[in-house]
Amino acid sequence: MAKTNGAGTNGAAASGTPGTFLEAIKQAMFEEMERDPAVVLIGEDVGVYGGAFKTSEGLLERFGWERVIDTPISESAIIGAACGMSYLGLRPIVEMQFIDFIVCAFNQITNFVAKGHYLWNAPAPMVVRGPSGGGVHGGPFHSANPEMYFVHTPGLKVIYPSTPYDAKGLLKAAVRDNNPVLFFEHKFLYRRIKGEVPAGDYTLPIGKAVVRREGKHLTILSYAAMLHTSLEAAEALAKEGIEAEVIDLRTLLPLDEETILNSVKKTNKCLVVHEDTKTGGIAGEIAAILCEKAFGDLDGPLMRVTSLDTPVPYAPTLEEYFLPNAKKVFSAAKELARY
Amino acid sequence: MKKELTREQYLDLYYYMRLNRAVEDMMVKLFRQNKIVGGLYSSLGQEAISVGTAYALEKKDWLAPMIRNIGALLVKGVRPRDVFMQHMAKYDSPTKGKDGTSHFGDLDNLHIVSPISMLGDLIPVMTGVAMAGRYLGQKIVAMTWIGDGGSSTGVFHEGLNFAAVQKAPFVLILENNLWAYSTPVRKQVPLENLADRAKAYGIDSYIVDGNDVVAVFSTAKEAVERARAGEGPILIEAKSFRRMGHAQHDPAEYVPKEMRAYWEARDPIALYEKFLTGEKLLDAKGRKEIEERINTLLAEERDFAENSPMPPPEFAETGVYCTGDDCHKIRAKWERPIAEVTPPRSSVEAVWTVPGFGSGKGSGGAHAPIHFGDTPPAEERSASERKPANTGKPAMKVTTKTASKKTVKTPAASASRKARR
Repeated sequence: MAKTNGAGTNGAAASGTPGTFLEAIKQAMFEEMERDPAVVLIGEDVGVYGGAFKTSEGLLERFGWERVIDTPISESAIIGAACGMSYLGLRPIVEMQFIDFIVCAFNQITNFVAKGHYLWNAPAPMVVRGPSGGGVHGGPFHSANPEMYFVHTPGLKVIYPSTPYDAKGLLKAAVRDNNPVLFFEHKFLYRRIKGEVPAGDYTLPIGKAVVRREGKHLTILSYAAMLHTSLEAAEALAKEGIEAEVIDLRTLLPLDEETILNSVKKTNKCLVVHEDTKTGGIAGEIAAILCEKAFGDLDGPLMRVTSLDTPVPYAPTLEEYFLPNAKKVFSAAKELARY
Repeated sequence: MKKELTREQYLDLYYYMRLNRAVEDMMVKLFRQNKIVGGLYSSLGQEAISVGTAYALEKKDWLAPMIRNIGALLVKGVRPRDVFMQHMAKYDSPTKGKDGTSHFGDLDNLHIVSPISMLGDLIPVMTGVAMAGRYLGQKIVAMTWIGDGGSSTGVFHEGLNFAAVQKAPFVLILENNLWAYSTPVRKQVPLENLADRAKAYGIDSYIVDGNDVVAVFSTAKEAVERARAGEGPILIEAKSFRRMGHAQHDPAEYVPKEMRAYWEARDPIALYEKFLTGEKLLDAKGRKEIEERINTLLAEERDFAENSPMPPPEFAETGVYCTGDDCHKIRAKWERPIAEVTPPRSSVEAVWTVPGFGSGKGSGGAHAPIHFGDTPPAEERSASERKPANTGKPAMKVTTKTASKKTVKTPAASASRKARR
């Protein structure tokens, strides 16, 4: 037996409070595989190596070769095979080594996996998860936020958590969901964020946003790494007497319209902050929803702070310019508060 | 055709081929009456492939049809009314009007996975089905089909390669009907035999006359048994010809007349009737009985289909998501002890074993660097082997298996290769 079989370091026996985002992911997978032998993990280098970010470290040792499957570099084959497995009642967790590579399996996900239930009554209970997002100088092909390609695809669910607690609870919920769920893990948060991660079993509802900070002057909607940026900006705004309500969307599909509308009807102003690029980002969709359902409640224009409409550049100077930051959020919020 | 099946099997194959053709003939009529909503694709002349391959499967096995595999669906137990209603977009069809043609499946009973129009996607999906079946101890085989055209997709490669690596119990039927829409196979693939694709994945393949249903069945049966026994995936190239256009709208004027005439003279049903008559397995009376049985069945099935309503418009908005246990109870069917895949029995040491490494002849044994697994070290190689590299340039150091293959040429071999050019 190898030195770590997961029980001590990853398992339910470990008290994971406080834990990193990465540990939360690892715990969720460990506990789900422990709970249900129908749960298997499949992806590139997830076994012996334990995943490029070590999120699956120890899983092969504990669950064996049949349940932790190292694959060739074939994203379409990985997603396709996971889909086939799900048809026999398995619940595969697919790791995309970097979520950027998910687009190699775009057809498999959007045409095969997503449409099965609607067209021929075939649920595909599978999770596709992987590290996403920028800010770590990964360059144009290791920093993507491709969530909106999939938010535009009926039949999928899209989760993008911002805290270790949510990551564990939502990943476990995703594994148990009967639908294909895409689960984005912002790699900037993997080791930088620590938070409460209860050791035991718990799930969080998919499709529910949460108010992270209450406020009355404006609503800031955000998710993933930008949630933390937004909270930082909210602190600075508070010092100037502007109380921003910060909401963590957590799930982008389905979007929690109720929480969004309740907040905006209270504050009458809305700023959306996302790391995804501007055109076609979730902010546009939220703007449309507010126009349809809360037009009379708005005292100012919907504003957005997003990445630039460019690929993610490599050089730190370029990437910092490309990404939103607390300063940009602060200025936009101040401008919006003036209405 | 060789005689090796039971009488019942021979007649089953005949019945299903006739049924396949009759179902499609009836759909051509329905199409001309404007009762078919979308396109209609024909497998005329390819019935022996659909029927012969699917007939090699057991009830518990899984299949995923392509557009021209109505025959495989019928063999697996799909009712003709379901095929009619799918094409007519009726509410009682398997997809309740949400999709057409052979695009439907049945996870619970018939074990059929629905295809999508993007070719090749079924290959990894059925690989996953095969892997899951093995994991659950079900001893199933998964089968799907691909055309000569579809064999050029990226996912064909990814899927078959992965199936091969996994040694998945999976059988892929490559239906070479010589045409991908209007493009002849020579413009798609630079191979005489598409079965050669299997070599790239290190798997076994067969080539079979796709118009000989007994040969198709026997080959498929052997492949299915080998896959079930754990020998890994197998590719079968069935050579045939697409007698109709890509779909009803396409008169296929691009097909040379001689080619069509050649294949029309080799109609799989006519060939099989001749065989059955010769073997005294079928006479005029028996043939008439089968025809009447099919005619009666299809008249009923067509009536049922025609009487089925269109789906109500608002039905379009339903069913995008599974709502949970009330919608689908998803439970894996275990046919092996769960203890085998749960700790502590499942626990392993997380290290790669590299079979053959260190045991190669002259490899330097256990101390050999990994790439030299079975390559003789330089000093053991004969002088003649090193000669070709010695062409005025500094002697090339042969370091890998591939490189050594390239440089190890006898003068005679080089000469004959040149002569052939």
